Parts: sequence; C-alpha cells; structure tokens
Amino acid sequence: MQRLLVLGGGTAGTMVVNKLRRRLDSQWQITVVDQDDAHVYQPGYLFIPFGIYQPSEVVRSRHRFIPDGVELVFGEIDLVDPDANEVLLADGRRLGYDYLIIATGTMPRPDQTPGMLGSQWRESIFDFFSLDGATALAAALAEFDSGRVVVHTVDMPIKCPVAPLEFSFLAEAYFRHRGMRDRVELTYATPLPGAFTQPVASAQLGSMLDERKIAVEPDFMVERIDEERKTLVSYDEREIPFDLLVTIPLNMGAEYLARSGLGDELNYVPVDKYTMLSKAHPGIFAVGDANNIPTSKAGSVAHFGVDVLVGNFCQYVEGKEMTGRFDGHANCFIESGDGKGLLIDFNYDTEPLTGSYPVPVFGPFGLLKENARNHWGKLAFRWMYWNVLLPGRPIPLPAHMSMLGKHQPRGQETAATEEQS
Amino acid sequence: MTVTTIGAAQVHVDAEGFLTEYGEWNEDLGSQLAAQIGIELTDAHWRVIRFLREDYAEQGETATLRRVSTQAGIPVKELFALFPGKPAKKMAYVAGLPKPVGCVLSVAGPSRSSERTARRGGIR
Repeated sequence: MQRLLVLGGGTAGTMVVNKLRRRLDSQWQITVVDQDDAHVYQPGYLFIPFGIYQPSEVVRSRHRFIPDGVELVFGEIDLVDPDANEVLLADGRRLGYDYLIIATGTMPRPDQTPGMLGSQWRESIFDFFSLDGATALAAALAEFDSGRVVVHTVDMPIKCPVAPLEFSFLAEAYFRHRGMRDRVELTYATPLPGAFTQPVASAQLGSMLDERKIAVEPDFMVERIDEERKTLVSYDEREIPFDLLVTIPLNMGAEYLARSGLGDELNYVPVDKYTMLSKAHPGIFAVGDANNIPTSKAGSVAHFGVDVLVGNFCQYVEGKEMTGRFDGHANCFIESGDGKGLLIDFNYDTEPLTGSYPVPVFGPFGLLKENARNHWGKLAFRWMYWNVLLPGRPIPLPAHMSMLGKHQPRGQETAATEEQS
Repeated sequence: MTVTTIGAAQVHVDAEGFLTEYGEWNEDLGSQLAAQIGIELTDAHWRVIRFLREDYAEQGETATLRRVSTQAGIPVKELFALFPGKPAKKMAYVAGLPKPVGCVLSVAGPSRSSERTARRGGIR
C-alpha cells in the first residue's frame, strides 16, 4: 500500500486527484484534505461586485468533484512534519503519507497592511478576492454616487494578476452605463512600473487605461492606510486619497507552511520550476498557487502544471527520471467592459504577444485584442471549469505554450528562438 | 549580453547594465556601480548589499524588498531611503545581481525600452 496525501481540494488539488486516481492502481490510497465543503469558482469573484453573477452561482460542494476511490478529509491543517512523513490536523488527527502534494493556494491578507483592517474595512475599503468581500462590494458600488475610486494592488505576486485591470475596465463601464462616469475619478495604483509587467502587454493595457481616463499611479508601494484621512500612503511618502478603495491585499500562502518551515517569506513552497518538486524535501511536490514558480498565479497555470505533474509523478514513484518539463504556460481572458475581452498567452520565456490563439471549433481567439468572442470565451469558461477542467477531462489546449499565431516584436525573432533551443 | 568596462574591470552586463556573472563582482566594483546611479555607499548600504550577495548564493534568486525586510531585518522604509525611487532595482544593480523577479513573469530577450535605458547608460 502506498499513500498519497494531497493538501487542498481547490482547483489544482481537485484536478490532481481526478487525474492521478485514473493513473494509479488500487494499491494506492489517495486522500485529500480541505477545511470546508465549499468549492468557489474564483474567476467569478470579478463579476459579483457588478451584479453580473450572484454569489450562489460561483459556489458548489467540494465533495461532488472528488472522485470515488479518493477519501476527502475535512480539517484544518496545523503542521507538516516532513521528517516523520506526517501531517497534523488542528483537532489532533494525524495523517501519514508516502508522497505529499501541496495545493493550498494563496489568499488575501488584509492584516498585513497597517490600517487596512480598521474602521474603514468594508465601509470604504473593500477586497473582491473573497466571497464576502465581493458581495459587500456589490452593495457599496450600487450605493456609490460620486467621488474618488482607487483600484489598488499591495504587492506582487497576486492570484490572477490581470484581475485589478479587469476590475478597473468593468468599473469604468459600470459607472458610464449608469450615467455617472463624470462624477467618478478613477485611479489605478500599482507596485509595477506600468499597467502590467511585460512590455507589449503593458503598452496595450496601459493605453486602454488612458482611453478610459483611468489615471495610473505606478511604482506605488503602500506602507499604510490612513483611516481617518481615507488615504493610501506609500513608502516614499506619496499619498492617494479615496472615497472608495478596492484593494488586492498582500497574497500569501497558507500559514501552516510557515510553521512547518516549508515556505519562503510569502509562505510559498520553493520548488524546481520545471517539475514542481520541493527543493528541500524528496517526495513533496507543490502545485498551483502554493509554489514559488515565476509565472502567474492562475487557474490556467494550475491546469497546465497539473498536466505535467501527473506524468512526472508516475515516473517519480517508480524511481525513474521525470521527463516532463513545465514551461510556466499561462493564459487568461481579460474582461475589458462593454461585452468585450482580450486574451493573453505566455510562459517563462515568452511575454504576452499580439496575434491569434488557435482553438479547435471555438477559436481562434484574438491575442491582446478586444473583441466579443473573448468575452464570451470567458463567460463560457465557468461551464468548462465545473464540467471539464475539475473532473480532469481532456481539453484541446496543449500544456506547453506554442508560438503558432503569435506576432513577435521586431528584432526579437532570433532572441526568442535561441531561448527556446 | 555585452562586455563593458567599469573602472579598471571588464565585466559582462545585460541590456540594462546589470552584471550577469556573479563572480565578476567585488566591493570596489559595487562602489563604482553605486556612483553611476548617484549613490554613495554607507555602512547601512553595505549591510543590504552583503545580505543580497549571500542570499543570492544560497537561493539562486535576487531577494525582493519583502525578503530583505523579513530575513535581514531591514525595514522596507529604510530601503526606500537608502536606494530612493526604485530600491529593488537599484539594490540589485549595485550588488551585481539580476533584477528580482518579484513580479508575475519572466521574459525572453531584452525589451526595447530596456535597450533605450542601456543606451542612456544604466538605470536612473
């Protein structure tokens, strides 16, 4: 009997157990631990503040997506003891394992910024990467009449790095459709030097902010929030006053990883970026948002990463060399308001480029280009998520990024080719 | 990647002027790199730079501001005072290390904006 223990039954953990249950024989006992039975479709958080989705539309029972032959244990994880091959739960239960896959993701930590969780929390300061936050923000937006709206990110990396941009685009359209755009001043405050991290995407997305008259405050590293003056204060003493602040708090991995000595300064598990095997402990993998690989924290990365991990895991447990190499592939639809959206597709070595993304039947989708098909692609994805992605059914999207259809910036053709070889 | 001369030393740098060979750096060179971006190094600066050098040797990555603050106990506020404007970038530049990832992606090849920066002669 071999025991595989998976920590976290979210996007990555659910896909892993579905795929591995099919690959591993009955000699394998597979267990997954999570703290509750509510699986949230996290891309849906973006739409709740604008009343496009209701909270009930994004939550389902976790256990429905865990296959037969996998035990689902509910409990809070207290500690991993990698020397004893054991996980301790807060209620004292102990779960032994031969192999461990960590998939407990990342979460917003408003407690990490002084002044955020004070008197203005859920009064004039909101987050939307939690179900109650997104729901409270919907009510606040419906009542909002005029003033300064600031969309803000504390620090990178964050789950779904395009979400604050999407929120800004949707907020602009929301105020415009309600006939109050001229009474709202919109500001986008980011710790990055521009709208996004990479040159081609940053230029395109930056000009979309300009067109919508959304002011950008770049290189803004928040130190604290002055509650009384309702003002963001940065380390270099710049100030941004707000009437309504929509912030992405610092994102961190789970606290038990820090207690177990398995996390870095943000509680992410340091792993080999190609195999997702822990750098410190044999037999421990970390997949999805929980690891420290240098790509987006996003469901698409979890999906493509799990595809590579599953094949590698089967080789690893047989003592063979792992032949799969994850390339950091990510793709994201970006909602831009007015029923339109964009698509970006990239990996460790290739930044998001313009062009088109080929998908059989439904595609091609335009890359870094606004159109209605990308918007409908994003909305259709919710169905795909529950019915195809989580159960681990095949999707006609290859795990590795392809250059097919992408336009390379002039002068970089040779550089990119060299990097890939 | 190109070879450039800083003081008496020949070193390999990327398009933005960051050293690409860990072993080519020494403290003299650090002082000259700092001078190029208008910083005179004090003991407080050296504490940061030595931490960055040691941490890189162990981790293989340049520490972020948050990591310097949690691991070396130097508050982020102080890093902004020591290396004004873009501390993460300036610290790495002086310490002869790659820019910290600290963001969501890595990328192939230099961007054109960074080539422009290189032509102007390093980060400002």
